[in-house]
Amino acid sequence: MLKKIAFLSIVFILSFNASKASAPEAHEVEKSEKYDPVPEIMHHISDAHEIHFWGKGENSVSIPLPIILWTNNGIVSFISSEFHHDEEGHHVVEKNGQKFINSHGKIYYANETADSHGSFVSHGEDGHTTNAKPIDFSITKSVVGIFLTMIILLLVFTSVARSYKKNGGIPKKLTGFMEPLVVFVRDDIAKENIGEAKYKRFVPFLLSIFFFILVLNILGLTPLGFNVTGNIAVTFVLAFISLIVTLASANKNYWKHIFWPPVPLALKPLMIPIEIVGIFTKPFALMVRLFANITAGHIVILSLISLIFVAQAGSGDATAWAVSPGAFALTLFIFVLEVLVAFLQAYIFTLLTALFVGMSVEEQH
Amino acid sequence: MAIVGSVAAIGAGLAVIGVGLGIGKIGGSAMEGIARQPEAAGKIQTAMIIAAALIEGAGLFGIVVALLGLGG
Repeated sequence: MLKKIAFLSIVFILSFNASKASAPEAHEVEKSEKYDPVPEIMHHISDAHEIHFWGKGENSVSIPLPIILWTNNGIVSFISSEFHHDEEGHHVVEKNGQKFINSHGKIYYANETADSHGSFVSHGEDGHTTNAKPIDFSITKSVVGIFLTMIILLLVFTSVARSYKKNGGIPKKLTGFMEPLVVFVRDDIAKENIGEAKYKRFVPFLLSIFFFILVLNILGLTPLGFNVTGNIAVTFVLAFISLIVTLASANKNYWKHIFWPPVPLALKPLMIPIEIVGIFTKPFALMVRLFANITAGHIVILSLISLIFVAQAGSGDATAWAVSPGAFALTLFIFVLEVLVAFLQAYIFTLLTALFVGMSVEEQH
Repeated sequence: MAIVGSVAAIGAGLAVIGVGLGIGKIGGSAMEGIARQPEAAGKIQTAMIIAAALIEGAGLFGIVVALLGLGG
């Protein structure tokens, strides 16, 4: 065992040394000759109007997804393959008398004439696109991910429910796997934080949140390339729902604690604004915590794989092959960590939601 | 020699220092607690994981701000 570890570490260290040996003038290379992994990484964690498998530009192999836009002239919908994999703003799609252009994955109204590069979008000073945008209701990759999760959850849990009915409460295979998780959420998360008297009402909601986030996180780790919980809009909606449930189930005791906290009179002018802001910072933290954890994990994994391409651009194919085992080993380690993070973040989101709900239904003590 | 990279990276690094110190302290106290009372190991471990995730959440606020500042 020790010999294996020693051997692997030697291979690993050698692979790094190999790249150093064949790049004596690396520090004099222009930035444009090196491979810049940042745009590729950003592209991989962003949402897209197609499920892209391999290939680049015209030769891409991908599943096009429908684009649904709410424009000034009503709802326009077409399939994203009409853009012919163009994301630079060159190919104009005309529907319903309006022209649309795809620039870096976002849909804009196209300019009437192309500029010198053949692009139909105009850019502002800091590189941002200044064209107007229709409201985009498309079925993007993340939406497909959410539908997929919904189907998985429906299939699993309807089968579990049926199995309980058929077998009289004795769990078999899939049910036996789900039961500890469900009981865990019900007892250790809901009952613990909301209290014996009132927890039953909230268990379906907490279970939904837990399994939804868990399956979405795991989906983001598959090679299918989904990044749903790493999308701040998705986590915003989840945190918003959490906030609505907390506020809707709040009793008089909760509002009294916010607007007339039991502190000395001199402190009340300070505590009341803090408490009011606190209503919103808690779901805000939920949103950012989930988003940042999942996105950071994806970026780290992608960066470690990009090490191979950086080595290839800097020192040639041989170095890239030499660096690969090291990069894969690191990536594998981070992957295992990310699976833990997937479970942990689903648990933390559900736990904190239960905590906030518990605080809002708490009786006077 | 020119300095490459962005100031955002320095900010992100500082945020990670905070997270590292915080989670390290939590881990240390958890180890001590388990050493004193091995039978409470399960509960201590759960509490440690929760505290670590919350601290990491705070640190990731800093990372997100660094990512936002990456443009310029």
